[in-house]
Amino acid sequence: MIYFDNAATSWPKPPCVGEAMTRFMTEIGANPGRSGHRMAVEAARVVYGAREAVAELFGAPDPLRVIFGANATEAINLALNGLLRPGDHVITSSMEHNSVMRPLRALSGGRVGLTVVGCSPEGGLDPKDLEAAIRPTTRLIILTHASNVTGTLLPVAEVGRIAREHETLLLVDAAQTAGACPIDMQAACVDLLAFSGHKSLYGPMGTGGLVIGDRVDVARFRPLMRGGTGSHSEHEEQPGFLPDLLESGTPNAVGLAGLAAGVRWVLATGVDHIRARERDLTRRLLTGLEAILGVTVYGTRDARTQTATVSFTIAGMEVSEVGSRLDDEQAVMCRVGLHCAPAAHRTLGTFPTGTVRFGLGAFSTAEEVTFALDVVAALSRGLR
Amino acid sequence: MSGEEYAVILVLSTSHAVRIEKMLAQQGIACKMIPVPRQISSDCGVCVRIPQSQREAASEIVREAGIAIQGIVDV
Repeated sequence: MIYFDNAATSWPKPPCVGEAMTRFMTEIGANPGRSGHRMAVEAARVVYGAREAVAELFGAPDPLRVIFGANATEAINLALNGLLRPGDHVITSSMEHNSVMRPLRALSGGRVGLTVVGCSPEGGLDPKDLEAAIRPTTRLIILTHASNVTGTLLPVAEVGRIAREHETLLLVDAAQTAGACPIDMQAACVDLLAFSGHKSLYGPMGTGGLVIGDRVDVARFRPLMRGGTGSHSEHEEQPGFLPDLLESGTPNAVGLAGLAAGVRWVLATGVDHIRARERDLTRRLLTGLEAILGVTVYGTRDARTQTATVSFTIAGMEVSEVGSRLDDEQAVMCRVGLHCAPAAHRTLGTFPTGTVRFGLGAFSTAEEVTFALDVVAALSRGLR
Repeated sequence: MSGEEYAVILVLSTSHAVRIEKMLAQQGIACKMIPVPRQISSDCGVCVRIPQSQREAASEIVREAGIAIQGIVDV
């Protein structure tokens, strides 16, 4: 059995993740930040530990500016709805996931100006094209760090510098890269970073968040939800400080216990080490796919400029058939179709039929890649 | 009088309390997160208890780190 759907969610997880969650459920269990007894205090320490680990991973100085939520989608919605106002202008790329495109389309219906900068057929972005789209009213640039379809890395650091020069903010969607590629928010001039906890941070589903840099004016930030925070309980207004301003209600503390363990595992393993290993496997996969007659690979087709996510098609076979035959006949699990990113597929020329996507992870092996390549080759051979 | 006399750092949230507690512990200040004493506030939150003798040092560490607090009071 081969799990090549890590771009959707990683599997397996390091054993420490499940162990941390079990420990939380069986030994800690109380509501963090709601009471002063020892179990509640211990729960608060666990949640804070998750903030600290995330801040360390992304080079963020203040763990209190790490805001947790259900997933990267919630973090992106929080940032876009929290910071953009009617009359503001926002810029994004044509390689974005619907977690970015859908909230932006909804906002652009409400008098927020939107420019979608076109990318190359390989999914690459020219920073000059983006810079040309900046207006005096541009409040925010939102960019994916890597495409969830082709893995193509976008030039976030260059765009970060441009954002600083033009005194606008950069929000990076790191759902596909957090933990798999090095990210230093300060060096790359990233003001806001949305991350997924359950992909390459190896935490459980239901975890993700937003890291807020110090150029972001917290006083301007409107929460998505308001409610109990365990702080300022005598007031009926939402507290104005982080993280409480943007985190209401009981958090997914058991999930965050797992996330903290996942991030600590990533830090101990080393992002550079994970990246190098996945790059080698990606190179092997790309080389093998390109050698199969009838297979078309999308993206830059260069392991140095993409993540371990690879999209391809087999001439003469629907992607849905490829997916079901890989699963049914050889237990190779992947994702096929449009991957929630119609704009990216239009850019790549694969709309509306989509692609077959292999998403490798930190636990993928060279043997698995070789086996999967043999299976794809056999499928393609069968058509010719 | 037996034992130590204490002060408490009143914090904005439990997250702030954990941050301050970790920071003070690293600097060798004996501290503990406790429920806010009833005579100070009816809030349901926690505070960080420190020895009164370390009050100035703790205050300085928190200020230098730029962590907002509600105040420090003797208890």
